[in-house]
Amino acid sequence: MIKITTPIDEATARSLKAGDQVLINGIIYTGRDAAHKRMFDALKAGQELPVDLRDQIIYYVGPCPAKPGQVIGAAGPTTSGRMDAYTPTLIREKYLRGMIGKGGRSPEVIKAMRDIGTVYFLAIGGAGALLAQRIKKATVVAYEDLGPEAIYCLVVEDFPVIVGIDCQGNNLYTIGRSQYRQL
Amino acid sequence: MKEINVQDVIPVVERLCIESCTLLGEDWWQAIDQAIAREESTIGRDILSQLKENARLAATTSSAICQDTGIAVIFVELGQDVRLTGGNLYDAINEGVRRGYTKGYLRKSVLNDPLIRKNTGDNTPAIIHTHIVNGDFLKITVAPKGAGSENVSGVKMLKPSEGVEGIKRYVLQMVEEAGGNTCPPTLVGVGIGGDLEEVALLAKKALLRPLLQRHPLPHIAQLEEELLTMINKTGIGPQALGGRITALDVHIEVYPTHIACLPVAVNFQCHAVRHAEAVL
Repeated sequence: MIKITTPIDEATARSLKAGDQVLINGIIYTGRDAAHKRMFDALKAGQELPVDLRDQIIYYVGPCPAKPGQVIGAAGPTTSGRMDAYTPTLIREKYLRGMIGKGGRSPEVIKAMRDIGTVYFLAIGGAGALLAQRIKKATVVAYEDLGPEAIYCLVVEDFPVIVGIDCQGNNLYTIGRSQYRQL
Repeated sequence: MKEINVQDVIPVVERLCIESCTLLGEDWWQAIDQAIAREESTIGRDILSQLKENARLAATTSSAICQDTGIAVIFVELGQDVRLTGGNLYDAINEGVRRGYTKGYLRKSVLNDPLIRKNTGDNTPAIIHTHIVNGDFLKITVAPKGAGSENVSGVKMLKPSEGVEGIKRYVLQMVEEAGGNTCPPTLVGVGIGGDLEEVALLAKKALLRPLLQRHPLPHIAQLEEELLTMINKTGIGPQALGGRITALDVHIEVYPTHIACLPVAVNFQCHAVRHAEAVL
C-alpha cells in the first residue's frame, strides 16, 4: 500500500505503476460531465478556471446529498469515459496530475497522460457508502448551480484507489483480463 | 370492484424508493457469498468483500448503496377489477418518487429535457410501465436504474438465420465491450423476441427476477446457464480488473415474434441489484 498526499508532482505520478494500491490523503476536487464541459468551454473562451488544477486530482463523482450529521452521501466513482473529450485539454493546459474514476480511457487521454505525467486511478464502482467514510470534509468551490455536478473540494484520509493506467500507458484492465481469459 | 385511492400510493412509492436504494435482497447476499467462494483472483475477492461490506454499511445506516440512485423505473401491475380514485395514478407515483428521493437523501439525476439538460431537482418524472392483469390488486415495483450499466446496454435486430449462436455472439460482444463500465459483477438481462421496443422491455424485466433463479422454460434456462458460463470465461472479473466472476447471473425473458424477426436486447444491472415491490 502506497500513501500519497496531494498535491503530487510529476515524479511521484511517474513512480506509480498499474496495479499499485494507493491511499490518497489531502484535498481532491470533484468534477463530472457538466463541470467538465464548463471548464472546457471556459478554457476555449480564454478564461481562467475557478480552481487551480496544477498537480491536483479530480474525482469523477456526483455524490448523494449528506444526511444530517454526515459529511457527504454515497460517493463512488462514475464512468470516466464520458470525460474523455475534455480531459486531454485539462492535462495539457492545466497539468492535471491525477484522475479517479472507473472504466477505460481513450487513446487521446492516455497519450496526454504519458506526455505530461498524469495517472489514472480506479475506485470501486458502486462502493459509494464505503468510500464516503474516507471523506472528512466536503465544500462546494465552484458551479454550485449544478447541484450534484458542482465542483467540491474534498478532504480525504486514506482514500483507497488502484492505479488503473500509469504514466507509461500500462493498463490494468488489459493485464487483468488476459490473465483470467479462457475463451 | 375494489376501490384504491391513489393518495395511498404516494407513501408506498416513497418507501420503495428509499428501500430499493439502501437495501439489497436476500438473493443478493446469497449470490455475493457464492461469488466470493468461486473467485480465483485475490484482488477480485477483495473487491467482492468490499462490495459486501458496502452493502452492509448502507443497510445499517439507511444510506444509498451507490451515489447513482438512478432514474426511478416503475412497473405497475393493475388488476382490471380495481377502480382508481382520488386523482391520477401517475401523478401519485411521481409525488412518491419526489418525496422518497428527497427524504431519503438520494441523488437527483433526472434532467428536464435530453438536450436542454436542466436538473428537475426532485428526480421526477419516473419511467412508468403499466400492465393490466386479472384481479383486484395494484402491484408496484420500483427499480432505480443507474447510468453506468444502462449506457452500455443495447438492442439488435438479428436475422432469424443467426439463431441461438447469433444471440450468444451478440451478448458476449456486449459484455466484452462494456468491460468495467457496468460495475461488474453484473446481472445480465437478456430479452429475446417481440419487436424493437418489446425486446428492450423484456431485457429490463429480466432484471427483476431473483438472482440464482432459472427461467421456467427448460430451453431458456439452459441458454441462461450457457451464457453465464461463457461470460465468466471472458476474464473481465469484478470491476473488470481480471477474474472469474464477471456476472452474478444471466436472466432471459422471451416473447413471440414475427416470422422475419429475431430481436435481442441486453440490459445490464450493476452489482447493486436494486428493486423493491409492494401490493396494495
